[in-house]
Amino acid sequence: MSTTKMSKSLVYMKRYWILYAMLALPMAFFIIFRYIPMGYIQIAFKNYSIVQSPWQMEWAANHGFEYFIKAFSNRDFLYALRNTLLLNFLDLLIGFPAPIMLAIILNELAFKRFKKFTQTVVYMPHFLSWVIISGMALQLFAPTTGLVNILLNNMGFESIPFLNDPKYWVATYIFLGIWQSCGWNTIIYLAAIAGINPELYEASAVDGASRLRKIWHITLPGLRPTIIVLLILSLGQILGSEFDRPYALSNKLVSEVSNVISIFVYNNGIRGLQFSLSTAVGLFQSVVCVIFLFAANALAKKSGDRGIW
Amino acid sequence: MIKSRSHKIGDWVIAAFCLLCVLACLLPVLNILARSLSSADALVKGEVLLWPVGLNFDAYMTVLGDSKYTWSLLWTAILTVIVTLWSMFMTVMCAYPLIYDNLKGKKIILAIILFTMYFSAGTIPTYLLLKELHLLNNPLVLIIPNSISVFYVIIMRSFLFGIPESLRESAELDGAGPLRVLVSVYLPLSMPVLATLALFYAVGRWNGFSDALMFMSDRTYFPIQLLLYNILNSITSVEVATQEGFSSPGLSETIKSATVMFATVPILLVYPWLQRYFISGVTIGAVKG
Repeated sequence: MSTTKMSKSLVYMKRYWILYAMLALPMAFFIIFRYIPMGYIQIAFKNYSIVQSPWQMEWAANHGFEYFIKAFSNRDFLYALRNTLLLNFLDLLIGFPAPIMLAIILNELAFKRFKKFTQTVVYMPHFLSWVIISGMALQLFAPTTGLVNILLNNMGFESIPFLNDPKYWVATYIFLGIWQSCGWNTIIYLAAIAGINPELYEASAVDGASRLRKIWHITLPGLRPTIIVLLILSLGQILGSEFDRPYALSNKLVSEVSNVISIFVYNNGIRGLQFSLSTAVGLFQSVVCVIFLFAANALAKKSGDRGIW
Repeated sequence: MIKSRSHKIGDWVIAAFCLLCVLACLLPVLNILARSLSSADALVKGEVLLWPVGLNFDAYMTVLGDSKYTWSLLWTAILTVIVTLWSMFMTVMCAYPLIYDNLKGKKIILAIILFTMYFSAGTIPTYLLLKELHLLNNPLVLIIPNSISVFYVIIMRSFLFGIPESLRESAELDGAGPLRVLVSVYLPLSMPVLATLALFYAVGRWNGFSDALMFMSDRTYFPIQLLLYNILNSITSVEVATQEGFSSPGLSETIKSATVMFATVPILLVYPWLQRYFISGVTIGAVKG
């Protein structure tokens, strides 16, 4: 290294060392709590032993894939896999378009103050925890004392076991998901709509376009890039599983549909101490998520959209 | 612009639909409020809809008189303040250096951070690490393992990028170092994003329970949501009374409603005031994320 270059980098370090000092704690956090656990992933391929470090444990049978084979012959895991896919698919099918429609409707709302009020109110459920929402649902849907069933009874219908019957539980789960996040998710779409060139609307008004035509030909195309990005991210999560929502909403009567992968990992790993099996399941899930994310992104790029990176 | 007749009818149809959405969000909360204020008797008979029947505050008195519940509320409030301050500190420390173009190694650092967004080791490896670090059953486990959200670092960084570089350069000409520039130029201009992220971190901690469920067994440090989960899912009032320490069983259903109200109201009081900020925060995240 030449002397001038060295003195230059000395000056640079003298001035900017503080930036590295600032980064020290955050980087330590990422390395300790995000990267070191990755070393423990090898437990999925080994026979867990409490007295040994993961590096010393013995390899599992079947070239290390023993626990993956075990998982796929485990009835509970196969149920969890099915439930995860089913609930996420329904979320995507029904829950994904809902905020797009609500954003378009909010955008068309002519009364400005009422619009602002509506927005404030529909954002509210996003701030409630799943425990609270589950508590509310338990009370609202209670068979004899809940508001919804009281109204149903008054109209001459039978009470519906919204949370205690597997079929109704799935519907309630999806509905509550929309209730919680639909309003919040309009924020992004409303921002995208606000970014659409107003001249387009003015020009179409001159041409006498109806409201629906404007939505179809201007608003929706304007939203397309945003929709694609969010769709990619959702597809990447098709095998991902939240923990709070299914855990808070489930109960013993519906576990055949409510046990998703994250709950399987919790039950078998942290409570059942089958660390190798549950690590294998978690790894399978993470890898599939990454694959889906890349696949969805590649697909979007192929169809001429921008993708997420 | 003159509106056509059908357009005007459309306006009212849309307004009616929005009103339905508003009611769908508000009525459940109103129903719980009414239940918490009603007599246990009226509740069991199914008389309570949106207005309290047999108005009384017994449920609230019982909840407030329960030392376990009030301690959990207080502990969660303390925890939320600590987590918010700590996470905001860490997020700023992480995001600010990364706006310097000439920072050596910036690309590698960014890659290390962003990779964790797409791939995580999973629950069990994290659990085993925490066990090794003796953080299981330690109150710190509710603070440290989720110190930083990468997504919020991205939002923070995008916002800081939006502040004109000329401001930084002129401060540097006056001899200010990076730390000085952060404190006297960037932070004062970043209030919207700071408020947004603080709200997100605070809500996340106030509402979170899975970490406590997985990593804590000492009931003393259960955050309010986990305690609430146990209360709401106990079938009989006797169970509530014995497990969670409620001394007087019998009011159980109204008590459940009252406990829900206590955990909900703090957030409902805060978020509407920060609406302007969090909308811009979410929007920045969407554009860059």
